[in-house]
Amino acid sequence: MSSPAARALPTGAPPDEDLLEVTDLVKHFPITRGILRRTIGHVRAVDGVSFRIAPGETVGLVGESGSGKSTVARLVLRLLEPTSGSIRFAGREIAHLPAKELVPLRRRMSIVFQDPVSSFDPRMTVCSVITEPLEAQGISTGREARRRAGELLELVGLSAGDLDRYPHQFSGGQAQRIAIARALSTDPRLLVCDEAVSALDVSVQAQVLNLLRRLQAELDLAYLFIAHDLNVVRYVSDRVCVMYLGRIVEQGPADQLLADPRHPYTQSLAAAIAADPRSGVRRRRGVVRGETPSPSDPPPGCHFHPRCPYAFDRCTSVVPVPVAAGPGRTASCHLVGEARGA
Amino acid sequence: MPATVPTPRSVAPLLEVEDLHVEFDTPDGPVEAVTGVGLTVGAQETVAVVGESGSGKTVTALAVLQLLDGGRISRGRVLWDGTDLTGLDRRALRRIRGNEIAMIFQDPMTSLDPLYSVGHQIVEALRLHSRMSKRAARERAVELLARVGMPDPRRRLDSYPHQLSGGQRQRVMIAIALACSPRLLIADEPTTALDVTVEAQILELLRELQAEYRTAMLLVTHDMGVVAETADRVIVFYAGQVVEHGPAADVLRDPQHPYTAALLEAVPGRETDRAEPLAAIPGAVPPPRAMPPGCRFHTRCAMAWDECARDEPQLYPLSGARAARCLRHRSGTAVPVATGKGA
Repeated sequence: MSSPAARALPTGAPPDEDLLEVTDLVKHFPITRGILRRTIGHVRAVDGVSFRIAPGETVGLVGESGSGKSTVARLVLRLLEPTSGSIRFAGREIAHLPAKELVPLRRRMSIVFQDPVSSFDPRMTVCSVITEPLEAQGISTGREARRRAGELLELVGLSAGDLDRYPHQFSGGQAQRIAIARALSTDPRLLVCDEAVSALDVSVQAQVLNLLRRLQAELDLAYLFIAHDLNVVRYVSDRVCVMYLGRIVEQGPADQLLADPRHPYTQSLAAAIAADPRSGVRRRRGVVRGETPSPSDPPPGCHFHPRCPYAFDRCTSVVPVPVAAGPGRTASCHLVGEARGA
Repeated sequence: MPATVPTPRSVAPLLEVEDLHVEFDTPDGPVEAVTGVGLTVGAQETVAVVGESGSGKTVTALAVLQLLDGGRISRGRVLWDGTDLTGLDRRALRRIRGNEIAMIFQDPMTSLDPLYSVGHQIVEALRLHSRMSKRAARERAVELLARVGMPDPRRRLDSYPHQLSGGQRQRVMIAIALACSPRLLIADEPTTALDVTVEAQILELLRELQAEYRTAMLLVTHDMGVVAETADRVIVFYAGQVVEHGPAADVLRDPQHPYTAALLEAVPGRETDRAEPLAAIPGAVPPPRAMPPGCRFHTRCAMAWDECARDEPQLYPLSGARAARCLRHRSGTAVPVATGKGA
């Protein structure tokens, strides 16, 4: 039994207060060939990923196509089962929990996708779209569920009068608001936004980003915010994880990470984000070369080494581990940390 | 009054679009997607057309090459080197397309033929527009692929589009577009589907090739960052009209139309204060059938006053080869409130 003093003053180890704690998460997809679907190899879509999200916090996950960021989202929500590793959500290990036991936990985590309209059944009214999770979870039905749906619509800036319309009658930004209302219907603690604003026009994108911020403050939501636009991620996130070919190469507080990136890949991303039109700053030219290799055949050692301007022998054979790169920051690069002076 | 954007150069522009109106038929009757658009592109100049979806920017670009699918030019002219393209027959048009004006799109997969190898498609493009033996065309194709930065170009000739990455497919499209050294390249969101690191490479490639081939470019984009990086001049579209145009650096630094200013403010940048909400533009772009009276932007404009709901603004010329479609710039208009500078 621990004494009250020990509980009040946690020692060395970080306080166990994370809403989500992902450790060494791995997901391999088999590559099959022929009518017998013989497995001839594996795509290591997620290859040892660790991160945490505190209640009410926003963690941004950035990466280009093939980085595995969307697979991480699906693993966290247990829409996919991981090959190995641990996912602790609200204090419970869920990495291999059977579907039945996941049901009550699913209330506490939701997702919003890039293209909301295609994820809705076109024959369903806005009311049915929003109340479906409530009924599936047995939270409420009928008139009570409809009342809740009306409240949710008002919460996301639409009107309860829209309940009997169909999603395709709404603009892209409004449809995304409906998707957010649906995702919030079961009162989740964690909302995964998978490129949720990427397809929207900039004027509407700003509206939805403001809405997400307001909802976070009002409902104490945590976000796992996945996007490829670095400026958008910096704006919404408290902390950012940068993924490249299935691995997190760098993580840390959003402002510091992008103002002073340590990993050469993050440096390339930061340099490549389009110029700031207002200040007339143009992007630095020629910092990156080539394209991301296929995740089915990633380069050995550091995955980034064939494109890295600083690569040396060790990078081609030894996988770099995360090392401290400042307060609250890590980077997986042989040139960062103690190796820097060597 | 046709609204035509003047070129800063004294020579006649290569491309001159005058008072363009484009209509699409719908079950509820024709709808006008572009209303009185004018623009010019001078030799070797890069002009960016920027706007959100439904602004008419892509329709305008397609209208230049008479590639409107289901739409028609109901009024206006498209002058190419002095010749009106709207009156030309298909044969004459085909001579201009590809030879003199080439186009690349956002998704190269839709314009590349999945059934033919990359080499075959470049060779076809070369031989369609110039007398050349197959062998010579193949050698030229290797050169072109190498020039657009395709790794291992000779081997890539035998690749099919689906075997290439998005960035490589866009490189192939650029190689095909440049095959006949066009005088104008129309690029419709050429980097929108690409990863940021690849986008940077493709924009740099386009810049280099433009200098090398002395090609003018009409670049259609939604991204002000891309405008800042590539364009000499910018033309801002809103709801089927040009609302502002001028030298890109000037327009971006000191926008004179409230929509341009609001668009620039709405995008989070590297310096945007994370503690503050973004300056979003309220509402949405009005549908073509329900355009508000007066200024089309007034219902969303933070600076609108009563005249804006009544008087239709023209594109008023401003100093520095600029113009803006805002009543604040109408001579004799007393602006009721001090709105500060630009934004």
